[in-house]
Amino acid sequence: MHMADALISPVTGGILWAVSAALLTVSSQRMRACFDSRLIPLMGVLGAFIFAAQMINFTIPGTGSSGHLGGGLLLAILLGPYAGFLTITSVLTIQALFFADGGLLALGCNIFNLGFFPCFVVYPFLYKPLAGLSPTRKSLSIACVVGAIASLQLGAFSVVLETVASGITELPFASFALLMQPIHLLIGLVEGLVTAAVVTFIYNARPDLLQLSGKTKTWSIGKLAATFALLALVVGGFFSSFVSSDPDGLEWSIQNLTGKEELPAPDAAPYNTLATLQEKTAIMPDYAFREPAISEEMPAHTTPPAPSTETSDMSTAESTGSLPTLDTATGMAGLTGGVLTLILTLLLGFFLRRRARHE
Amino acid sequence: MNSSTTLYNLGELTRLGSTDGPLQRLHPAAKLFTTILFIVVVMSFGRYTLSALLPFLLYPVVLATVGNIPPASILRKVALALPFALCIGIFNPFLDTNPVLYIGTLPISGGILSFCSILFRLFLTVSATLALIGITGFYTLCAFLPRMGVPRIFANQLLFLYRYLFVLLEEASRMERARNLRTFSKKGLGLRVYAQLLGHLLLRTFDRAERIHQAMLCRAYTGSLPLAPLPPFGIRDLLFCLAWGLFFLLARVYDLPQLLGHILSFWI
Repeated sequence: MHMADALISPVTGGILWAVSAALLTVSSQRMRACFDSRLIPLMGVLGAFIFAAQMINFTIPGTGSSGHLGGGLLLAILLGPYAGFLTITSVLTIQALFFADGGLLALGCNIFNLGFFPCFVVYPFLYKPLAGLSPTRKSLSIACVVGAIASLQLGAFSVVLETVASGITELPFASFALLMQPIHLLIGLVEGLVTAAVVTFIYNARPDLLQLSGKTKTWSIGKLAATFALLALVVGGFFSSFVSSDPDGLEWSIQNLTGKEELPAPDAAPYNTLATLQEKTAIMPDYAFREPAISEEMPAHTTPPAPSTETSDMSTAESTGSLPTLDTATGMAGLTGGVLTLILTLLLGFFLRRRARHE
Repeated sequence: MNSSTTLYNLGELTRLGSTDGPLQRLHPAAKLFTTILFIVVVMSFGRYTLSALLPFLLYPVVLATVGNIPPASILRKVALALPFALCIGIFNPFLDTNPVLYIGTLPISGGILSFCSILFRLFLTVSATLALIGITGFYTLCAFLPRMGVPRIFANQLLFLYRYLFVLLEEASRMERARNLRTFSKKGLGLRVYAQLLGHLLLRTFDRAERIHQAMLCRAYTGSLPLAPLPPFGIRDLLFCLAWGLFFLLARVYDLPQLLGHILSFWI
């Protein structure tokens, strides 16, 4: 459930980048405070272990599918929350850069979904109390399964929120959540069973390794609650002021800059972003269709806001804002121009490649 | 994901990062910031945008061709990234059936348009990121990160992870092969054996970390790794950023293919 760049808006991606960067800084400072030079190579090799473990699959009995380890919770258990968070962040970064799993803009979201929840929510508040101070096989297993399910539920819910806030997809909030949560309940159960099996194996073979995480200090409840409240305030404030009014942050800021709230007319509306600047293109003689009168004269081509998106204010705002009213000429012009652009780009690519070969 | 292809793909991009070329010689900051700007601009379009996005294909195409990255290696990875975006985007055509565009007499619904937009953006963002890493190389990128304010411990962590990724992937693929050779009619492919395999791999990983730590201490490790030197940010780097920035701005403000189409229809 790595978020992809193609599914999030720059505002959502930017906010979660900021949150994840802050978490990364805090974790690094914590690590520096109780520095243990053994941890540095251990974190690196354990990150590589997560990759290696993901490469091996196992078959899930009764189904044709196979599962593998996710790793966030396991890293938190083995390394403690701060080192675990740094490690899972590095794993996600490499996945984004080399494996096209996620992306640069979505990296903040992925770190938050897959790193923050297991390390800073599930590990201190769910795993630790469930495992107890002197863990047994049974308590460890229960803690792992419950912890993995909880982290995946939180992560999946966060994916839903981020996707809906970005407004790239049509999916209404409620049905998307209803789709995501049950799927991730199953994935969480599998992940929990694997984590439990690995942790109990380590517990039997080298119980001392599970004590490593005990060395890092955990936050006091009050401090954590205050941080959460602050985070919620910041994120909530940003989301409500930016996202609900208009998911497109660039558009939002341009509108603020130019002081124009609405477009003068539903002209070539799919391209309505940066509307005021785009007006300049109207000097093209063939742009008669851009005049507002056209869209009023052609009610057959005007489209009402999609009824299915009414469940969510955000998507309705987006739909009415950018639902296009286009005539055939525009469609054809876009198509021919588009095909031509593609051909030109690819030709340039071939030309450059040939030149590079000659050199 | 097949184990041998994973190894091969990972090695492929690394090898590319170490080759020399005009793009490879640029400062990593120029390439990183331009690529981030590219992704932000691409994602800032409205959801029904498709034609205005097409000119942005120029950026990954130029990076890949000038950087001498085989297109096939990028396309393979885009295909790997496809499923999640496909799963989420596939609902658009069903949920948004209002026709918004007519090509001839064929109506195109908003959902189809936005779905195509998602897929095209996925291609753009993924290929740009892969091209970035292909022409920059991971070590150079990691050497730059602390200079940008990223915690040094994290940059070290990335370097370590990357260094041992190959080692552990090879080890895991050997274990997997050994297990698969010893399983008959799928017996032994289940969770029990899997967990024990992982457990043993984990124990070995801990031992390996211990050995690495000892070796590092023997080589006067004091808690942080020295950073590779980087060339200064020169006029070529600035030009690279400015030229692409200008192009992105132009393509963001004007729908270039639309303009092109109108010029054509005006002439004809």
